[in-house]
Amino acid sequence: MQVTMTVNGTEVTRDVEPRLLLVHFLRETLGLTGTHWGCDTSNCGTCVVLVDGQPVKSCTTLAVMTDGHEVRTVEGLADGATLDPVQQGFMAEHGLQCGFCTPGMLLTARALLDRDPDPDEATIREAISGQICRCTGYATIVRSVRWAAEHPVGAPEQPAEEVPA
Amino acid sequence: MQVPAPFDYVRATSVADALQLLDRHGPEARVVAGGHSLLPMMKLRLARPEWLVDINDLAELRSITRDGDRLRVGALTRHAELLASELVGELFPIVHDAERVIADPVVRNRGTIGGSLGQADPAEDLTTVCDVLRAQVVIAGRDGERVIGIEELHRGPYETACEQTELITELRLPIRPRSGSAYEKVERRVGDWAVAAAGAQVVLGEDGTIADASIGLTALGLEGCAVEAGAALLGVHPSEEAFAEAGRLAAAASSPVEDQRGPVDYKRHLADELTRRVLRSAAGRAGADVLATAVSGG
Ligand SMILES: Cc1cc2nc3c(=O)[nH]c(=O)nc-3n(C[C@H](O)[C@H](O)[C@H](O)COP(=O)(O)OP(=O)(O)OC[C@H]3O[C@@H](n4cnc5c(N)ncnc54)[C@H](O)[C@@H]3O)c2cc1C
Ligand code: FES
Ligand code: FES
Repeated sequence: MQVTMTVNGTEVTRDVEPRLLLVHFLRETLGLTGTHWGCDTSNCGTCVVLVDGQPVKSCTTLAVMTDGHEVRTVEGLADGATLDPVQQGFMAEHGLQCGFCTPGMLLTARALLDRDPDPDEATIREAISGQICRCTGYATIVRSVRWAAEHPVGAPEQPAEEVPA
Repeated sequence: MQVPAPFDYVRATSVADALQLLDRHGPEARVVAGGHSLLPMMKLRLARPEWLVDINDLAELRSITRDGDRLRVGALTRHAELLASELVGELFPIVHDAERVIADPVVRNRGTIGGSLGQADPAEDLTTVCDVLRAQVVIAGRDGERVIGIEELHRGPYETACEQTELITELRLPIRPRSGSAYEKVERRVGDWAVAAAGAQVVLGEDGTIADASIGLTALGLEGCAVEAGAALLGVHPSEEAFAEAGRLAAAASSPVEDQRGPVDYKRHLADELTRRVLRSAAGRAGADVLATAVSGG
């Protein structure tokens, strides 16, 4: 059946089988492989994308269920060459090692900051508690999100804060 | 890679439309709400519907409203919306206690209260919550609406009194003066299903004694409330001693099974201990000064 949705600001229409999961629609039908696919059982959270601004596990959502909705993936975070503050934060604070969990973490972080621009550590940990990272031990992820909270428009506008103490 | 077997998909535009679609597509049609229980079952071929009727567009099923002495919660209300509602937290702290430990925040963005009750998983937390609050369930069908007590909805694991051609549309939670409620769950890790959990509501009389008490257990092999444990509290002042007795009775009423989450004696111990804890906080929230007599164990 035909589905039409907005993906990263662009309207796309495709003919899909109803059983196609959103994660495979994004990765295979649209070629947006930034969204990762891991456990397949709604546990690991690497497949998280934003649907109408809310983090959703795309391995447990049918593409047809997002017909008419707005989807945002990791490819839609940067504005041209300017990275989103959460992406900059993950770079500044080493929020990733292998990077497998990162797309989901970035999108959850974006959604959290949109709702609560100044979250404390407990709030950040709660927000990412549905997502597993096997590398970082989460400490640097939390610091990365805090970095983004402290630099709401990213690094270039506030270069002074970039200098290590 | 896990993918569901092929099926046809249709979106309902109203409750009446959903009912018609379920009727037209026959016994192999299933409602999908959040899909966070149904889709995993379809991936594993534990469910193989030929038609999915998607009810996510039914905004009329997505509301939380106070209506006199009850709170009306639409079946499509998401876990996250229940947790975000101040009204819910104020009237029924047990709902917030439970929602904080149901799955994880991302799953809670999709899963619904109607889907939780419709799934009837023995480890489902909201079923116990609704039992304890003596909820009423509104079910729409071809011949109109019927309202049943939550205890009538239960038909055993993964089965409910909501027929395949019907739709749960609303939960009604009675608001009781001088009441307090609480829920506590033991889980192996964040976001997991319960090893065991307990919920309780305590209603105090004018004289400070317990006028009504209900206790429910999750993943402990008890369907509905622990009736004897609740009855033992009637007319007594809230006290550690009374709660210990209720805990003992609740544990006796449970029939846990051994699985990867733990052995039987551990789970029975949890039934006892968690019952005491939720009674303590439910009574405290109802405004009781719990008499702290020395009790052994716990
Ligand atoms: C990783 C993970 C962890 C989880 N952990 C927990 C947990 O700790 N505790 C817990 O309680 N739950 C847990 N859940 C389950 C979660 O809460 C589900 O979202 C919920 O049980 C089902 O809601 P749903 O809207 O997704 O239902 P769906 O999957 O859409 O439907 C489930 C069933 O209910 C039926 N149904 C749905 N809506 C209606 C309706 N209005 N009327 C009649 N029938 C209906 C469907 O036909 C289907 O049979 C977990 C889920 C996941 C994926
Ligand atoms: S792949 Fe979706 S949660 Fe792991
Ligand atoms: S960076 Fe490797 S899993 Fe998170």
